[in-house]
Parts: sequence; C-alpha cells; structure tokens
Amino acid sequence: MTEPSRIAPEALEAVAQTGSGFNPLLPGLILLLPLLGFLVNGILALIAGSREGNVLRSAALAEPDSEEERVDLQHKEDAPRRATHTLPTWVGPGVMLGAFILTTLNFLRMLGSGLQDPTVITYWSWMPTGTLAVDAAIQLDQLSMIMMMVITGVGFLIHVFSVGYMKEDPGYPRYFAYLNLFVFFMLVLVTGANFPVMFVGWEGVGLCSYLLIGFWFQDREKADAGKKAFIVNRVGDFGLLMAMFILFATFGTLNYQEIFAAAPTTLVYGGGVVTAITLFLLLGATGKSAQIPLFVWLPDAMAGPTPVSALIHAATMVTAGVYLVARASVLFALAPVSAAAVATIGALTALFAATIALKQYDIKKVLAYSTISQLGFMFMAVGVGAYAAGVFHLMTHAFFKALLFLGAGAVIHSMHHALHATHKDWDAQDMRNMGGLRRHMKWTWVFMWIATLAIAGIWPFAGFFSKDEIIWYVGTSAPFGPLYAVLWGMAVVTAALTAFYMARMMILTFHGPNRTGEAEGKHLHEAPLTMTIPLGILALLSIFGGWINVPQSVRDSFFGGFGMLPMSSWLDEWMAPVTAAADAIRLEQLGAYAYQSPVGGGHVTWGFIATGLAMAVVLAATWYFRSKDVPTAVEQGAPRSGFGKILYNKWYVDELYDRIIVRPVVGISRFSWRVVDRVLIDGTVNAVGAVSKGTGWFGSLFQTGQLNTYAFILALGALALLGVLIF
Amino acid sequence: MELEFTSRVDYIWALLPEIVLSIGAMVVLLVGVFREADDDPAAGDASPLGWISLIALAAAAMANGWLTGIPVASASPMVAVDPFRLFANWIFLGGAGLTILLSFPYVTRQRLQAGEFYTLILLCTVGMMFMASARDLLLLFLGVETMSIAAYVLTAFNRRDRRSSEAGLKYFLLGAFSSAFLLYGIALTWGATGTTNLLEIGEAVAGGAAVPGLIMAGMGLLAIGFAFKVAAVPFHMWTPDVYEGAPTPSTAFMAATVKAASFVAFARLFMEAFPALYDSWSTVFWWLAALTMIIPNVVALSQSNVKRMLAYSSIAHGGYLLVALTAANEMATAGLLFYLLVYSIMNIGALAVVMVASGHAEERLQIGDYAGFGWAQPMLGVVFTIFLLSLAGFPGTGGFMAKIYLLQGAAESELWTLAVVLALATVVSYYYYLRVAWYMWMRPAAPDLTHEEVWVPLPMRMGLVASAAILIFLGIFPGGIIDLARAATHGFFLAGVLP
Repeated sequence: MTEPSRIAPEALEAVAQTGSGFNPLLPGLILLLPLLGFLVNGILALIAGSREGNVLRSAALAEPDSEEERVDLQHKEDAPRRATHTLPTWVGPGVMLGAFILTTLNFLRMLGSGLQDPTVITYWSWMPTGTLAVDAAIQLDQLSMIMMMVITGVGFLIHVFSVGYMKEDPGYPRYFAYLNLFVFFMLVLVTGANFPVMFVGWEGVGLCSYLLIGFWFQDREKADAGKKAFIVNRVGDFGLLMAMFILFATFGTLNYQEIFAAAPTTLVYGGGVVTAITLFLLLGATGKSAQIPLFVWLPDAMAGPTPVSALIHAATMVTAGVYLVARASVLFALAPVSAAAVATIGALTALFAATIALKQYDIKKVLAYSTISQLGFMFMAVGVGAYAAGVFHLMTHAFFKALLFLGAGAVIHSMHHALHATHKDWDAQDMRNMGGLRRHMKWTWVFMWIATLAIAGIWPFAGFFSKDEIIWYVGTSAPFGPLYAVLWGMAVVTAALTAFYMARMMILTFHGPNRTGEAEGKHLHEAPLTMTIPLGILALLSIFGGWINVPQSVRDSFFGGFGMLPMSSWLDEWMAPVTAAADAIRLEQLGAYAYQSPVGGGHVTWGFIATGLAMAVVLAATWYFRSKDVPTAVEQGAPRSGFGKILYNKWYVDELYDRIIVRPVVGISRFSWRVVDRVLIDGTVNAVGAVSKGTGWFGSLFQTGQLNTYAFILALGALALLGVLIF
Repeated sequence: MELEFTSRVDYIWALLPEIVLSIGAMVVLLVGVFREADDDPAAGDASPLGWISLIALAAAAMANGWLTGIPVASASPMVAVDPFRLFANWIFLGGAGLTILLSFPYVTRQRLQAGEFYTLILLCTVGMMFMASARDLLLLFLGVETMSIAAYVLTAFNRRDRRSSEAGLKYFLLGAFSSAFLLYGIALTWGATGTTNLLEIGEAVAGGAAVPGLIMAGMGLLAIGFAFKVAAVPFHMWTPDVYEGAPTPSTAFMAATVKAASFVAFARLFMEAFPALYDSWSTVFWWLAALTMIIPNVVALSQSNVKRMLAYSSIAHGGYLLVALTAANEMATAGLLFYLLVYSIMNIGALAVVMVASGHAEERLQIGDYAGFGWAQPMLGVVFTIFLLSLAGFPGTGGFMAKIYLLQGAAESELWTLAVVLALATVVSYYYYLRVAWYMWMRPAAPDLTHEEVWVPLPMRMGLVASAAILIFLGIFPGGIIDLARAATHGFFLAGVLP
C-alpha cells in the first residue's frame, strides 16, 4: 500500500529539491495569478452575460457580418461604463503583470545560480496509486523558464493591447476570463514536470483556443472554425495519449526526469519502441503546432479576435509542439528516423504554407500561413538536433509575429471604423481595400515594417539571427544524407518566399494610393496608446531580441559591428544543460562533424548571402507591387484561373480532407444511426402510432417487429457468446 | 462485537443497511398514502417525501458505516461482509440520494406520485445492496429481480406520458428475457457443481470437480444475463429506447446506479466463482468491451437529442468499465469502484440539468434547445459543462482520473489493444459531449426560447454545485478515494490467476 494521500495543509507548501543554489520565488503564484484572474473575470462575465442575454439574442437576429459590427451594436448599451466592464481592464492585464514580474525575478535568480539539473517542485501527489505515481509538480529549468518569460511577457503586452481593442465588446469580461485561463493552462503546459501535468495544460490551452476562436459565436461560420480546430486537434491528442501510454509501458513512469535519465540505457538507438513513441509525439505536435497534415485549422482560427491570434495562434500555443520536441529531445535524439520526420514535415510545411501566403488577400490569412511556415522552420531546427536554435526562433517569432498580428489588428480596427462610418459593406481585412495607410497610421506602419524586416531575415533584425541559424544547421546536416540537402534547398526557397509575401503585404496595406474610398479615407486613424505602446515594445524586441544568440565568428564580423555591438551567444549556453543529454547521444551515434556552410565558407559568408537574398527579394517585391495597379476586392473578386487560383484556394487541401475523411466519417455515423435508430426505432415508433389506432398499442408493439428484432439480436449475441466459450 | 454467523441474529446485523432502508421505504410509502388522502394543496410538492427518503438513505448509510467497523470472525455462506460490498453500498446510497435530491422539481412539476416514486427508488436500492452482498446465486437473483422490477416500474412511472409506458413495457419484456438467461445459468451452474455458493463454486471449478461442458454453459448464460443488465453490445438494444422514454430522474438513476450495481455483482460473481476460468471468460469480456466502446461512441456522434445522446454515452461508459472486468487485477478493480463513483455523480448531475432544462412536458431535448442556455442560467451552465467535461474525461476532472485508472489496470494486464480502443473512444467522445457545451455557450439563444423560466429550488442548486465540486476535487486530489477503493479490493481480484 502506498501512503494514503491526505491533503494536509503543509502538503500544499512546496517541497523543492533545490540543487545548485537556485531558490525559486513563489513559482506556484505565477500559475495561480492568471487562474485567479480567470475566476474573477469569469464571475463578472456570468453576471454580465446573464444580464445581456437579450442583447445577444437581438444581436443574433440582426445578423451582423463582421467583427466590429457587433461591437457597434453595443454602443448604445453603455456597457463599458458598468463595473463588469471596468474591472476586467485592471484584473486581466494586472494578473499578467504580476506573473511577468515574478517570472522575471525567478529568471534572474536562475541566471545567477548556474543551475544544471532541473528544479522540480512537488505540490501534492496527484495520482499516488499503484505502479503509476504522478505528482502535481512543476519543473523549472532553462527551457521552461524561457517559455514562461515569453508567455508572461508577450502575454502581458497582448493583454494591454486587448484593453484598447476589445473595450467596446459586450463580451469584454468573458474575453479576459478566457485569455487569463489560457495563460494559466499554457504555463501548466510548459512547467509540468511530467507528461500528465503537461497534458492538462495541453488540453486546457486547446479548450481556451476553441472558446476564443468562436468568441463571436453569433456568427455561425466563426463558431464552426472553432469546431474545426477542435476536431483536428483530437487527432493530435490521440497521438500524445498513445505516446504517453507507450512511455508508461516502457518506463513505468511518466516523469520527465526519470524517463530522460533512463532512456539512453533502456531504449535501443533507432529501435522500434522509441521510434513509435516519438512518432506519436510528433503527431501530437503537428496537431497543436499546425503542421502537415494537421495544419488546416490554424487559418480558420483567424476568425477569433486579432489579439487572440497574436497570443495563442502565433506566439504561444502553436509553439507547444516545438516545445514538446525540445522537451523530449533525448527521445528524438535516440530516434533518427523520427527526427528526420520532424525536419521533413517542418520543411514541407514551411514551403507549402509560404506558397499559399503568396496569394492570400485577407491580411490575417497571410499572417496565419506565415505563422504555419515559420513553425515549420522551428520544426526543422528541432528535427536536425538544433534545439536551442528552434527555441531561439520560437522566441524571436513570438516577438515579431505578435507585433505583426497586433499591427494587423490596429489596421483592421481603423479600417472597420472608417468603413462603418460610411456604412460601406466592404471587407475590412482584404488588403485590396487598403493601400496608403501609412499616411494615416504612421507608428503602426513603422512598427510593422520592423517586424517585416525581422521575419524576412534582414540584418540586424531578430529574424536574421534566428532563421538563418536554422537554415545553417539544416545545411550542415547534409553529411547525414541527401535528404538534408533537399531540406536545405526548401528552407532557402521558403526564406525567399517569406521576404516576398511579407513585402507584398506591406505594400498592399500601407503604400500606394488609398483604395478604401474618398469618404472613408477621412475616418482612417491611428490606434489609441494602449494599442501602440505594446507595439512599440514588441518592435524593440523584434530588433534586439536576436542579439542574444550570435556565434563568436559572426560577432567579430561586420554583422556584430566587428565586436562592437552588445551581442552574445547567451541563449546557446543557457540552453546547454537542457540539450546536453541529447547532444551527447547525437555525438556518440553520429560522431563529431565540423559545422560548415553548405555553400562553402563560414557563418559570415552565409550571413551575407542570406541577408542579401532577403533584401533583394524585398526590394524586388516592393518595386513590383508599387508599380502595379491594384484593383479593389469588389473589382477583382477571387482569381478565376491559373496557378494563382490554386494558391488562392490553398491547394484545395480542405476540399481534399472533406472528401476523403470528413464525409466518410459522417457517413459511417449516419449509417449506424440510421440502421440502429431510424429504421429499427424511429420507424417503428411511427408505425406504433399508426397501427395502435386500430388494435391498441399493446398488441401493435408485438406486431411491429421492433421487440422481436431486439430479442432476435439478443439471442444472436447470446449464441455468439456461448459459442466463444464452449467451442 | 464480532460477526460469527453462528446465530440468525448475526445475519440481521450483517444485513442492517438493507433492513434499515427497507423500513425507510415502507415509511415513505405510508406517508405518501396519507398525504394523498387529505386534500392539502401542498400535497403536490415532492420535497417533504423526498427529505424523508433522504433521511432513510442517511440512516442506511449510518448502518453501512457501522458495519464497516465490525470485524468478521468467519465468512458467511450467504452474505459477504467485506469492504468491496460496503464501498459499493456507498455508491448506491449516494447515487439514490443524489437522484432524489435533484428530482424534487421534476417530480413536483410532472405530478408524479412522490411517495410511490421515492419508495421504488429506495426499494431498487435495497435490491442493489443485496446484489453487492450476495455470495449465493439465489440471493443474487433475488437482488437482481428486486432491483429490476423496481426499475421497470420507475421507467413506466409517468402514466400520462406514452413514451414512458412504452419504454417500461419494452424494458420489462426484454428484462424478463434476460432474467431467464440468468436463471438458466444459475440452474446449470448448480447442476455442474452441486452448490450455489460462489466460493464453493470457485473451489469446485478450480479443483476440477465441475462438469466441464455444463459449467461453461452455465457461466456463459450468467454472463449473458449480466451483459444485458450492464447494456453491453450486442445486448444493449433496449437501452436507448428505455433511457429516452423513462422519466428523466429514472433515467439518471438507471444509467448510473442500476448500472453500477450490475457491474458490482458482475465483478463479484466472476472473480469469486470463476477465477479458474479467467482465460475463457476474459476473451468474451474482451470482445464485449471492445464492441461496447466502439459502437455507442460512433452512434452518439450523430445524435441530436441530448437525452438519447446521454443514453448512448452511458452504454459507452459501460464499455470502459468492461475493460476493468477484463483486466481483473487490483488496479482495475479499484479503478472500477472509483469509476462507478465518479460516473454516478457526473451522469446523475448531467441528467438532472436535462431534467430542469427540458421544459414541462420534456419537449426541449434537442441540442438546439440548449443554445444560449449557459448565459441565461449561468449556474446550471457551469455545472453542466463540468459534468460534460468529466464525462468526456477532460484532465483535471474526476472522469479523467477514472479513465487513467482503467488504462493503468488494462496496462497491468497487458491489454494493449483495449487500452488503445479506450483512448480512441475517449477522443471521439469529446466531440459529442462538448458539442452540447458548445451550444450552451457559443450559440445565441433562439428568440422564442425562455430559458429564464427554468425552476431550480435551492436544495437542487446545492446538490448540483456540490456534485460539480466533488468531480473537480476528485480530478485534482483523487488520492484519498482511490486508496479507499484499493483497500476495498483487498483480496478481491485475480492477481494470483493472471499470467
């Protein structure tokens, strides 16, 4: 018998195995603060929601057809002045600020401690029974700390932005309740010290994501987008469950520390078991991180409010798959086939999504496909064993992509107000209806260009250092097979495409003549300060965020101002304790190999080529689209022929999935239902009604054959059962 | 005091919970009759009789608690006094109590005869308690029939509703059919071994004293009888009809507590009487479990009637529980008890919300009728969401922990395929459970719906909130209960027989 787990008060106090002087400061509170925010905002939302039930109903009747129209329906409701609308402004971002400060303090403490082994803090025994012992425990190490910094830091900025963006929405408290809950689950996901705790966060962020995608649920199409995300992620979750199951069967535990310590000796290198585990993990990761084949939900997820897209569908949740692979780096290092699969899926997804982004007109769709593409880069990185590089890109991407989404949000906000002022029913998100916005939104324009240069990979912006490092690592893996040379080629092409579609987006949106219309143009305006200040901070991070991980040779070259700029290779060193075990396995199995550039020369040569290429593409695209006469959406409509039509329709993947998966599944369920329900039950119930008029229903019950059918099946089942037993 | 079963008085002590509850049922019946006799306008209110019933259940629970502390010197040939039975009794008593507590507004609104209705629930519970304690096939049969006949009547109880009568008749006829299987199985088993005592049958089978073909046939017929009672596929055909047609409190009670009792008796029967034949019956159970997990989950996907969806859901949960019976180790059996406890709470809770949301004549059962329900009735919306999440097995709820224990049990018996099917079935089931939550929160209410008219008295509110809180608690701190469940399976699983 195990110890009975009475929950004594002292059990709730943390029992930290403090290793090398790292003394965490109230880490539990970091998680509890967003949860508290959720409870407060949730209660406010229920109060507001039950009061405004009639409002929702009238909104549904009016069938508004765009994001902000619902907002405007509420203008007369003076909702913002109520306590249920003023309190969330302080509670929502407030708890995030608290969490961010606490995280920073812990980060500084960890930085000063030279921590090697992860610090595991056990709160209580969650599943104390039997062979499977799982604690409710969190693990603080370099990886989880970086993730927590990103989540609480970028999360806080997005919460502040949301105050400006969502203020007039009737669902304002509900919005912050979901957002706080999301942050809580995301923190659980990255801090969990074992797979089940991580799984709690994994499922929780999914739930919040669906809730927020369908936030404007009066719109059926938007609610259905949430449903799609939900269904696609089920497949991924199944993968994760299976991986956990095999892990448990193999190791008898689900704790990270025990599994990763035992893995190199328990598992055969490249063996079937570890390959199965990692492939199932990969399936889970592709679901959450929107990779092939499970990427289809992310573009539809753009139906949610734009700050949600920034936080959940760009900066944090969708990177969970990358986190998972980095966390299980030991297992992936032991399974070369799976690691190659990760890199290949990443490269394919990156290229595939980038091509689609070329021909999208909805500004958020461009960013959505761009996100999928950039996640592909991260997958490539962790697939070729460059875990630190993957996490590095995860971090810089969180900065510049959050900035791009928030900037797009500010644009949509402005567009909508302009279109609404003159009651023009144009699409506020279609870039063909924009143009020339830089004259109206100078700051947003500047900030978004910074992010664009960053994502395009142009020196000295953050993306240059993080993305080109990934391409570098993929290229240096070429000695392991021609596959990596191909992947490298795909990565380079993708990088060029990225520069192209981003420049296209910027030109269509901000440059050239304004296409919104005479009357509307007057109403275009810059966003309020609560929205532009977070943009400014993210812009700074998009510039300097990349300077924390620059190799020595690059620092000493032109790119580091010949050693003058404050750059370092800090992140690599910081992540070393996390990736050490995986690196050791790779070194042992694959042997040491000198990193050399796939095109000859060292880091610096490659840096010149990469940034030169990106700049050339950006300039070319700028020149091309500026000289082009862009028709408005109404004039042009959807592309009707050619390759552009295929790209515009996203290679018809949705249609393909609908044909080969959705319809058959629906068909099977309907079939079972018709046979079991309709024919045998509903049909006969109706027959009962008809016959009973003449004969009395008792008699008819026997005549319809319904009971006979049941009894017949029962008897058949009985025969089968006895047959199995006796023969 | 010590139970030695040398005198008849000891049997009275050993059956004290059953006796107390039987007396309570009589009291409720009598009070009900007198209340109907006078023309009190308040006679329509079900809650006074409900409270008396709850007191009777509390008294039985006290007797059960008292019995837990009584040492047993020698085993009784008829009545088991072991932790397994006593733990199971907690589930039955709790399930009956929860059903009654949450049914006040329904019984009142539907003008059901509260006295008789609650008496039947109590008597049904007595039958269950006999099933859990029976160590003799004949006593077991008595328990099954006491429970079943009460359940038939509970199904047909709403005489004003034709759906109810029809469901009752169907249930009765098919139930009689299955009782015949059960009885025939008892006869053959007796013929093969010369005894009806479970432990003696076990010894005879293990010692090779049983007539080979005959004992297999007997065991098979017993399995069929119980497979019907637990609604295992393909013996489940009656379930959707009966659960949909019955008055909703009866549905809740049958889907949760009646099923729990059948599983408890099923487990005791096969683990005490036929451990030596584990290899044979585990194959059968394997197939029953697999089918019962797959088919109802697939069918539930296309259900638009919430009550019917919950009927299929309850069949599917039976499939998960069958995995525990197939695994038959300590972890699985403890998981079975834990699951039954969690399942009773969440299923009764979910159907209780359906009870109040479905309108005066149970006309609002379609999923579309739940659009906007959460915002109009925040408390009901929140607890219903918790029940649905728990039914789906969402991490952090009791339902998740229960499934984890079953998976663990399956893993320990190396039932990999069943474990995979269980995981897949769970993943699929998310869809139809959360679809209801989706409608509640993410769909605007139709203009003509009047969710505001839902009547939920305070005791019911408290019961629902407490149930939801317990589910969350069991999801986060399951330790205490699972330890109790493990203690309850002490010496009561097939560890020795397993490969």
